[in-house]
Amino acid sequence: MSVFVNSDTRLLVQGITGKEGQFHTRQCVDYGTHVVAGVTPGKGGLDMDGIPIFNGVKTAVEQTRANCSMIFVPPPFAADAIMESIDAGIDLIVAITEGIPVLDMMKIKQMIDSSGSRLIGPNCPGIITPGQAKIGIMPAQIHKPGGPIGVVSRSGTLTYEVVFQLTGQGIGQTTCIGIGGDPINGTNFIDCIEAFENDPETKGIVMVGEIGGNAEEDAAEFIKSNVTKPVIGFIAGITAPPGRRMGHAGAIISGGSGTAQAKIDALQKAGVHVCENLGYIGEMCAEIFLF
Amino acid sequence: MKIHEFQAKQIFRKYQVPTPDGGLALDSEKARLIASEIGHFPVVVKAQIHAGGRGKGGGVQLAHSLEEVTQHADSIIGMNLVTHQTGPEGKNVKQVLVEAGVNIEKELYLSLVPDRETACILVVASEAGGMDIEEVAAATPEKIIKVPINPLIGIQSFHCRKVSFGLNLPAPVVKEFSQMLTRLYQLFVENDCSMVEINPLVITKEDKVLALDAKMDFDDNALFRHKDLLEFRDLDEEDPLDVKASKYNLNYINLDGTVGNMVNGAGLAMAVMDTIKLAGAEPANFLDVGGGATAEMVENGFKIILSDDKVKAILINIFGGILRCDILANGVVEAARKTEIGVPLVVRMEGTNVEEGRRILAESGLKLFTANDMKSAGEIVAKIVASSP
Repeated sequence: MSVFVNSDTRLLVQGITGKEGQFHTRQCVDYGTHVVAGVTPGKGGLDMDGIPIFNGVKTAVEQTRANCSMIFVPPPFAADAIMESIDAGIDLIVAITEGIPVLDMMKIKQMIDSSGSRLIGPNCPGIITPGQAKIGIMPAQIHKPGGPIGVVSRSGTLTYEVVFQLTGQGIGQTTCIGIGGDPINGTNFIDCIEAFENDPETKGIVMVGEIGGNAEEDAAEFIKSNVTKPVIGFIAGITAPPGRRMGHAGAIISGGSGTAQAKIDALQKAGVHVCENLGYIGEMCAEIFLF
Repeated sequence: MKIHEFQAKQIFRKYQVPTPDGGLALDSEKARLIASEIGHFPVVVKAQIHAGGRGKGGGVQLAHSLEEVTQHADSIIGMNLVTHQTGPEGKNVKQVLVEAGVNIEKELYLSLVPDRETACILVVASEAGGMDIEEVAAATPEKIIKVPINPLIGIQSFHCRKVSFGLNLPAPVVKEFSQMLTRLYQLFVENDCSMVEINPLVITKEDKVLALDAKMDFDDNALFRHKDLLEFRDLDEEDPLDVKASKYNLNYINLDGTVGNMVNGAGLAMAVMDTIKLAGAEPANFLDVGGGATAEMVENGFKIILSDDKVKAILINIFGGILRCDILANGVVEAARKTEIGVPLVVRMEGTNVEEGRRILAESGLKLFTANDMKSAGEIVAKIVASSP
């Protein structure tokens, strides 16, 4: 078992002919992901490494039964690409693109909430079910298939560090999800934690948060009353100064809210084991996740 | 991207959001001229810096004669204005806005911000204008009205009525206020603002609505479709090292500590700063060279860190995913040679081709410390700065 993606996932890549799109599509194919289609408007009828390219998502879905799309379209056109996937009824949309304007994301959020699609990202590394499917830009080799831990994170390389330490301790992962560092995103911590709670193969959860917003506090509330599995949390940015955007558009302490300490307190109150020093998260997981 | 009050008011006027008459002056002579054009007293002389809290710091003065205008302009222009937002070092004032004084009946607070929770544009308003809204929110939350507007629907009359009646506006003002709010919403979405704040928005004794102050901030990610706004950027208001870093497309923030650090990825960069702190030292900066850093980015990162005199040691932590560690190691060696690093360098890298990368660093002849994991990286660098003079 796993959450959101598995070996049955049929992937379509929007922006497949761009430099990034090409490179990462090949990496996904190498990992064993079923990449069934690409979309680049104006290049329909061509192919990339034998993957058929279409002008639009709807046609691609009709002809290839793609149920997941990965978006490598540059920021000015990314919102439109996501909307096209929602319109075509794609189940899972993974938006890698960084730098989509907030107003565009607001419209997408309103649109997706009244659709049957799920969006992961934007500004995220993607999602991987080790050994089954990689949909994103994460380095595959650091993961260990077979579970039992689910990982959810707002950050890219920070997730790699956590996964690397887990694997180093001999602990595998069911699914690792990067939900992205933007203020408005599709799937949040709660969606992922709920999915991990309901996944019989996932025995424990690691959530990696950072300063800004209330997503971690909301997750803490949810965990308190809904989660029976052990959760380990890490929050980046205890040293971050207020009012400054720390790289990610969403990582900003404003008006005294969104501080790392407030998030750590909320998680601890909810019974989450909070790791204060990232260097020790692998060891801490080995201690707490004794199965 | 933040802009000055006088620039925000230019944009307000374009959208027919009423502001007091006035103009910008770089010296007291021009200030006097503007005051005489206004033709009546009092006039207000306001320091133009990006930080808030200017009034409390002495950057806003009321003048009742041309002599007083000259006097205030002379004292404000060139002053080092310290407010709770500038930090103790303050900000040098280069220009003032000279504006007509108005007969204030009521002071209100009004702002528009994107709301993460609801994915709506949130109108925040309060009868307690002129005060720090965060203090109002803490002390009397019932005095704050919040009206979310779905961006797919846009602002409607009922939204405006909710705000107007929530503010207990007198009947003759409601129509004008609603028109103003509608245009402010248009301004917000058409310019991809990340904040528009008017504090205070005043109702005059003549029942007119007037934006006495104006604060605007724009979504940096949307500036690609607002090239016209870029002329409003004032580099003098930004940290010089931050400006230099932005030219190299690096995410850099200058901080107070002594450990320079360079990391790929924003979340990991924050976590590395935290690790430095937990090991007993203080980070000198936040520097994210991007999830897929290149050798060139690493070199530029070095240049920025080394131009900060506070730095006593540098910690590089790179998680090589797509970027291979051997390529990165070559980048570090190259950059270290070119930039002649005079402080100790601690390198921790992990990921693809890490053995090859470590070999390159070891054989480079560079004086550097290699750390095998994050915790030892923090400990090593903290030990170095603790023992350095």
